[in-house]
Amino acid sequence: MLSFKLNGRDVTTDAPSDATLLWVLTDHFKQHGLKFGCGLSQCGACGVMIDGTVVRSCQTKASSVGGRSVTTLAGLMENGKASQLQQAFIDEQAAQCGYCLSGMIMVAQALVDSNPKPTESDVRSALNGNLCRCGTHTRIIRAVLRATA
Amino acid sequence: MNAPFGMNRRQLLGTTGFLTLTFAMPSNLFGQEVQSPEGPGISGGPGLPVDLKKNPMLSSWLRINSDGTVTLLIGKVELGQGNRTAIAQVCAEELGVNFSRLQIIAGDTKLCPDEGVTSGSTSMPDGATAVQYASAEVRGILLGLAATKLGQPAETMKVKDGTVTAANGKTVTYWDLVVGKALDVKAADNPKREKPSDYTIVGTSVPRVDIPTKMTGGEIFIQDMHPEGVVYGMVARPPNYRSKLTSIDLGPIEEMPGVIKVVRDGSFLGVIARTKDEAMAASAALGKAGKWDIPNDMIGNAAIYDWLLKAPSNPSVIHTQIRTSGGAPAKTIEATYRRPYVMHGSIGTSAAIAQLGTDGVMTIHTHSQSVWQTAEAIAKMLKVDTNKVRCIHTQGSGCYGHNMADDAAADAALLAAAVPGMPVKLQYTRAQEHQWEPYGSAMVIKIKAGVDGDGNVLDWETDVWSTSHATRPGGHPGNLLSAQYLDPPFEQPTPRDIPGPNFGSGRNAIPLYQFPGQTVTTHFVSEMPLRVSSTRSLGAYPNVFALESFIDELARDANVDPLEYRLRFLKDDRARAVLMKAADLFGWSSYERKPNYGRGIAFARYKNYAALTAVAMEIRVTPRNGQVQVLRVSVADDSGQVINPNGLANQMEGAVIQSLSWTLKEEVKFSDSAILSTDWASYPILTFQEVPKIDVALINQPGMPFLGTGEAGQGPTAAALANAIYDAVGIRLYTLPFAPDRVKAAMNAKK
Repeated sequence: MLSFKLNGRDVTTDAPSDATLLWVLTDHFKQHGLKFGCGLSQCGACGVMIDGTVVRSCQTKASSVGGRSVTTLAGLMENGKASQLQQAFIDEQAAQCGYCLSGMIMVAQALVDSNPKPTESDVRSALNGNLCRCGTHTRIIRAVLRATA
Repeated sequence: MNAPFGMNRRQLLGTTGFLTLTFAMPSNLFGQEVQSPEGPGISGGPGLPVDLKKNPMLSSWLRINSDGTVTLLIGKVELGQGNRTAIAQVCAEELGVNFSRLQIIAGDTKLCPDEGVTSGSTSMPDGATAVQYASAEVRGILLGLAATKLGQPAETMKVKDGTVTAANGKTVTYWDLVVGKALDVKAADNPKREKPSDYTIVGTSVPRVDIPTKMTGGEIFIQDMHPEGVVYGMVARPPNYRSKLTSIDLGPIEEMPGVIKVVRDGSFLGVIARTKDEAMAASAALGKAGKWDIPNDMIGNAAIYDWLLKAPSNPSVIHTQIRTSGGAPAKTIEATYRRPYVMHGSIGTSAAIAQLGTDGVMTIHTHSQSVWQTAEAIAKMLKVDTNKVRCIHTQGSGCYGHNMADDAAADAALLAAAVPGMPVKLQYTRAQEHQWEPYGSAMVIKIKAGVDGDGNVLDWETDVWSTSHATRPGGHPGNLLSAQYLDPPFEQPTPRDIPGPNFGSGRNAIPLYQFPGQTVTTHFVSEMPLRVSSTRSLGAYPNVFALESFIDELARDANVDPLEYRLRFLKDDRARAVLMKAADLFGWSSYERKPNYGRGIAFARYKNYAALTAVAMEIRVTPRNGQVQVLRVSVADDSGQVINPNGLANQMEGAVIQSLSWTLKEEVKFSDSAILSTDWASYPILTFQEVPKIDVALINQPGMPFLGTGEAGQGPTAAALANAIYDAVGIRLYTLPFAPDRVKAAMNAKK
């Protein structure tokens, strides 16, 4: 039995020890924020935070989160509303299909947590490992800067 | 899922007391084909917009509900381009209700009007125009009802958010009017529409209805759906296109943990398991367990251009104009351009959920762009009646054309048919998506011009070689990937070029410049060395890259500024305006030269009749390594009447960035036996640190037709980049992509 904190709540699952964190979170715990993009840690769509650090859940074993704290995109919401960062993404209309965004916002949150006033160059650098195919990059950068302005 | 306003489909359609609008169309309309000089689908003349003509019952588009909501049913689907919001804006504007009253159902083959394929930048010209007319007409009918009820003439009525106010101050709401009413009314041909000067919703940046859910981890994509009792399906593909499965022992796979069923039909292999992990493990094992006959006769990406030029093709002169005056050209200039295969490269691999119900209906949640025709193809593949397959569009990762959405729908259905009653959720691996999607075709374009002593073009010739840009399912199972591997297989129909001068391989191959002599010929190759189909802009991207690079080359040869040279031959006012607007925004006339920095500009009118787009950019080349950095891009766009400026700019920014990615980086690599571009390392795309600053200026044309924007930026971006590289370092690149080694090689060759 695997126990961990998911978005602040204590949860348990009987998922096998080698289960992939991505599928445990999406299929068992019905978390929608994280997405399968490549399964190879190349695109970043599956990003979640473990104890404040973003990991790629497609290549993370669920067993590694035992006793730790996992945060998904929905977990960033505050009192059921979009967080300041999420709201900035909404205000900038920083999406086309939006499939990659969950991972982007998690990385942006981790950046803001460690660097509350990032420069544009900091944002680009932090997000460089996350792929977007629709070409919404410039809006995403603006959203992060807006949230931290 | 498909309802952005927090209501599910059952709630949306379960609302009682809605106004059923049943209209018989005047018979004289049916003989008219709505085709304005602007092109198909764009209304303007008498008669109905094409999508409304195809679905003339107004009740198939709109329901006025007694609870104060309006249900809008549409056949164009949300792909991330924001069409759901924009089309709803048009509805709210013409109907006279607040935007927030709208509930939208899109792309459900059982419920929605069949608007064909969501493609070709037609959501606005076809989809929004149909909704504009339908909504205006319903408003007129409601005003008539109000007139009767209030005893006041309809012409004096004013509407605000569904409340009708007569001249004497009496009011009645749409919602009151519909209670207990069942109407059977003949619709008018040309309903009275809102004046553009009175627009309050159209032309404003209404925030996208789907974005808040996407930003907060809500349920909106197929990938987010978890129906009760869901099981997980995966397929195992052959080693390459023409491989055949000779034998396989399914026993060990069936014994693997969680496996519910293993499916083999001919060379098609699939597995259904309790969890995604188990399905992935079993499908990987399944792929390895097969014994395959593997032909190794693929052409390889290095030889593809020679192959295209020599392959049997069907030459077709799509445009000719004979020069009637002037002498022989002073000189002839020619060039050959090459575009490799490129991927759609969706970030999310394609997915679907299918379930075979006890009523024998296969219900499929799919992110297909062509739900009706894909449903028909799947029905034929399953050998059932078309009404036994229902496709429900549900959002997926951006597709940019015919990616594997339809294949995923078909595969989910094949697996679901093997486990009746179980909802089967399927999502491909990255390698499956990269190796099996239908790519944008490799192309070769040759252009030759005869010019006079001042560098003016006298004669222009373009020849285009291409394989297909159109193998969407189209109701034919042979276009579904897995159907080609069943026993017996469904043969893929021999592709044809899309008819008309501006649709398939020849899209945008005809110059809009006023050259006296012109001949444009397409050489359509029906054989397909790699699987190909519609990829954002079809032939327009390579054709505009070639045409606008060549114009630049002619300008340089004539020693004329490339902007000035274009304006010399471009007579259309709207075309000239976008070109000059982009130049202004960029600061073309005040540009200061620096070593290894360069500027380029390019223009196209998409399909030669839709959106007009000009792109100017500044780049820097690093001579040491051949790296090209795009620094800033200025875009001017005229897409007719603007519905949502922010959404339009978003589409244009995305088009520029995706085109830069294609142009700088992308090429599908393949050997004699396999596709070698299997992931994002072997097929890299543009990253955050490589994306430039982009400014977009929109030229609004109030009251003019909606032209559609999604694909208009692809071609001009590529050419502007090629022209900027020439401006920076004096090398002309004819073969895409402009990878550092290619740039470096060209620079070395020049020395």
